[in-house]
Amino acid sequence: MTATPHRPHDDVYDVAVIGGGIVGAAIARELSGYDVRVALLDARDDVGDATSKANTAILHTGFDAKPGTLESRLVARGYHLLSAYAEATGIPVEHTGAVLVAWTDEELGALPGLKEKAEANGYTHCRIVDADDVYRLIPDLGEGVLGGLTVPDESIICTWTTNLALATDARQRGTTILLEHAVTRVDEGDEATTLRTSAGDVRTRWVVNAAGLGADHVDRLFGHDRFTVTPRRGELFVFDKLTRPMVNKIVLPVPTSRGKGVLISPTIYGNVMLGPTAEDLTDRTDTATSEDGFDFLLTKGERLMPRLLAEEVTASYAGLRAAIDHPDYLIEATPRQRYLLVGGIRSTGLTAGIAIAEHARTLLEEAGLALRPRADLPEPPRMPNIGEATQRPYQDAGLIARDPAYGTIVCFCERVTEGEIRDACHAPVPARSLEGLRRRTRAMNGRCQGFFCGAAVAALREKHHTHDGCRSQHKDNR
Amino acid sequence: MTHQPPLTTPDVLIIGGGPAGLTAAAELAGRRAGRVLVVDREQDAGGIPRHSDHTGYGLRDLRRVMTGPAYARHLVRQATLAGAEIRTRTMVTGWADEDTVDVTSPDGRYRIRPRAIVLATGARERPRTARRIPGDRPHGVYTTGQLQNLVHLHHQPVGERAVIVGGELVSWSAAVTLREAGCTPALMVSQYPKAESYAAFNAAGRTVLRVPVATRTRVTRVIGKGRCQAVEIEHLDTGRRRTVACDTVVFTGDWIPDHELARSAGITLDEGTLGPLTDTALRTSCPGVFAAGNLLHPVDTADVAALDGRHVAQQVVHHLNGEDRPAGGVRLTADAPFRWVAPQILRPNDPAPARGRLLLWTDEFVRFPKVTVRQDGRTLARRTLAWPAAPGRVFRVPAGLLDDVSPTGGPVHIGLH
Ligand SMILES: Cc1cc2nc3c(=O)[nH]c(=O)nc-3n(C[C@H](O)[C@H](O)[C@H](O)COP(=O)(O)OP(=O)(O)OC[C@H]3O[C@@H](n4cnc5c(N)ncnc54)[C@H](O)[C@@H]3O)c2cc1C
Ligand SMILES: Cc1cc2nc3c(=O)[nH]c(=O)nc-3n(C[C@H](O)[C@H](O)[C@H](O)COP(=O)(O)OP(=O)(O)OC[C@H]3O[C@@H](n4cnc5c(N)ncnc54)[C@H](O)[C@@H]3O)c2cc1C
Repeated sequence: MTATPHRPHDDVYDVAVIGGGIVGAAIARELSGYDVRVALLDARDDVGDATSKANTAILHTGFDAKPGTLESRLVARGYHLLSAYAEATGIPVEHTGAVLVAWTDEELGALPGLKEKAEANGYTHCRIVDADDVYRLIPDLGEGVLGGLTVPDESIICTWTTNLALATDARQRGTTILLEHAVTRVDEGDEATTLRTSAGDVRTRWVVNAAGLGADHVDRLFGHDRFTVTPRRGELFVFDKLTRPMVNKIVLPVPTSRGKGVLISPTIYGNVMLGPTAEDLTDRTDTATSEDGFDFLLTKGERLMPRLLAEEVTASYAGLRAAIDHPDYLIEATPRQRYLLVGGIRSTGLTAGIAIAEHARTLLEEAGLALRPRADLPEPPRMPNIGEATQRPYQDAGLIARDPAYGTIVCFCERVTEGEIRDACHAPVPARSLEGLRRRTRAMNGRCQGFFCGAAVAALREKHHTHDGCRSQHKDNR
Repeated sequence: MTHQPPLTTPDVLIIGGGPAGLTAAAELAGRRAGRVLVVDREQDAGGIPRHSDHTGYGLRDLRRVMTGPAYARHLVRQATLAGAEIRTRTMVTGWADEDTVDVTSPDGRYRIRPRAIVLATGARERPRTARRIPGDRPHGVYTTGQLQNLVHLHHQPVGERAVIVGGELVSWSAAVTLREAGCTPALMVSQYPKAESYAAFNAAGRTVLRVPVATRTRVTRVIGKGRCQAVEIEHLDTGRRRTVACDTVVFTGDWIPDHELARSAGITLDEGTLGPLTDTALRTSCPGVFAAGNLLHPVDTADVAALDGRHVAQQVVHHLNGEDRPAGGVRLTADAPFRWVAPQILRPNDPAPARGRLLLWTDEFVRFPKVTVRQDGRTLARRTLAWPAAPGRVFRVPAGLLDDVSPTGGPVHIGLH
């Protein structure tokens, strides 16, 4: 059911969270663990369709954060919270570990300082190793390694499933998900705030702004002028699965002031990734890849791992970090407006999301939102496994015997079955587009990019297309 | 694992039910090679011709011309009549050990351990991402394979105005499909100074297709959010760039074999074709594992793939009869402008290659090609062939040119002037 556009909804939510990325979904999930009515709004037609879908998908220990910052604290805590949540929900994670590699004397000289920084962040497992050790861990690295720092707990995770698990959990706990609801104006009242959206008004007592790249715009709708978001583009290459044996650890560069630099990392789907670049843009929608970005990555990659560069590229994409003119996360409540800003969650938000949500909840309570824990919380959802480290449906004889749809492989490169595509179309937060289906199942993400399966996947999506509750105010999840 | 998946043990397993695999199956079953099993991951066997709904199939193997789907059905029928078993929606997903494969199908997950394997998994076109073309990621960007699948098997609409990237045989096939789907092929873009396969079409054919061709041109960017709006192209000599409006882009040709199974088995690949390195008997480096079709020469016409299948059958029978695998042999290499040659190993007493032809791929157009064969610094043969060497399609060289090759000498170089 779709909401009638531009007709005010009569219900008043206790909290409306603007932004269905990792951060917003985590906040909605957290709050709906209490006895409040929560709505999660997003401008797009799916959750996790902005920055949260296009990152390097690393579950950071936070070893290299700036000690003493809110970011450092929330990343470290987020690491543990998300690791545990992944266990509970089946979000694919691999604890591969990372090696920070020094290629110059200057970088080599920086390693002890990085180790101390890690310790100042409470992370004590880093070790400085020599070049031989680095090559022992990653034999295919290019020539010229001088030494390295190991970070044994740095891990890889599925960003898509993380976002979906949080949104699904939120929904099952009673959050109303309102997609295609772009907030364009805010009218504050004494009792309730009215969010004017592209799909009608949403009335709520409290508002959380987790709008990522749009957080400064939304903040201005509340009359503030605190910060400006600069979209910092990161472009990436994803290499063929046949390269995965070359890279079993995350290969980190020594960080610079510009950011974490270009890394090589295994992906949870069994590929290898090279990137990201870091380039400040003005257009917040410019997620195109660029010639310069590709050249830069190829030049870097050629030095880091020439053998990798000789292999096939499966995909390339770009994500936009929400960089801001402020050295830390910008999370501030304005009690008088019953409003909380969660801004500047630039390059660590995947990891920190659940910890940010906890922090947000505390700030809201301090600001006056009464929260009573619920006794009747549903179990967290069990997410479909799209990672390579554990059994996939096509490998599960028992599952196929019970339901042959899991034995019908539709996307050959990624081994996605008809059963998984069907399920993704009927899930609590269902795939509503081919893009949504890609993120839920990996269909068409493989080396052939649809040569074999594109048409069949599109046909299955048509067949299973359902009207879901993720747009309606009223029919949702009673 | 506590519980062993069920095992089936045919004499021959053929992986891939395209023209190569089906023809091999028909031939082997016809020769009473024991139980012959073909597996294919698609819903129906037949390979790429199933969705290539135009004529031009079957000339060299069946000596008649038919449409792709009719050809596919014919090959399925022949294999079945000969006594081969075909299992579709059955995908080989990997190796359990060096002579056992894992498969997934709606009937379950099981293993197959045959006495001989023929890999006939075909080839695919490199999609836009593999060609490393930057820009937006809109809808409406396809390969020919996906386009034909959409149009012919799924009867889906495409856009109104297309740019075709590539000038291979298959690019013209894309043009035909687009027209049938009501989409105008507005421009064909080719890096070569001539649209490679012009020669393959007679002037009348080209006039009917009426697709303007931008030669010496490459695509530098795809533009459009949501739906494709344009591509940016660059002239390779002048560096001049311009955008061409289109809502559809088809990336054609630029083939890569579906070699994942071969590679994960540790089978040696040829650096040129990226398919398994084979001798003229189509043996791979792995005993008992043979290969045929476009997996070996990406990409040739379906009839040539089929004839590979016919050729490999006798070799498989020898293997089943326990005949020894010959050792030694010399390596055939392709000198520039040739990109690759297939097969790549010549052994004493082995049969001539399928159809008595070596297959090569050239990066330059030569109207009157003079082919040379050299070994250990000596020129063994030199012959001017009567057909042009053109990029974008396979160049055939009579294997007789290898007659004077010494089986104990060094690598053999095949060159073009
Ligand atoms: C290249 C790159 C690499 C990265 N690597 C990592 C990594 O390895 N590990 C890690 O932990 N983090 C990483 N990050 C950071 C991480 O991806 C982000 O911090 C995180 O995704 C931010 O989530 P979010 O919910 O704040 O933002 P988003 O995912 O952008 O969500 C914001 C949502 O708000 C919606 N919205 C905006 N304005 C409005 C409006 N007016 N009305 C309604 N809805 C609106 C948008 O549609 C969007 O869905 C990386 C980021 C990039 C770009
Ligand atoms: C658009 C287009 C137009 C063409 N037009 C013509 C034409 O007009 N005339 C002509 O002669 N040729 C044409 N060709 C070329 C022709 O289709 C090929 O030469 C021929 O199909 C090659 O046969 P093959 O058996 O080697 O491979 P394919 O036909 O590609 O068959 C390979 C089979 O292997 C299966 N397979 C792969 N991996 C696995 C696995 N792991 N498990 C199970 N099954 C697997 C696939 O599903 C597929 O069915 C065209 C090709 C294209 C793409």
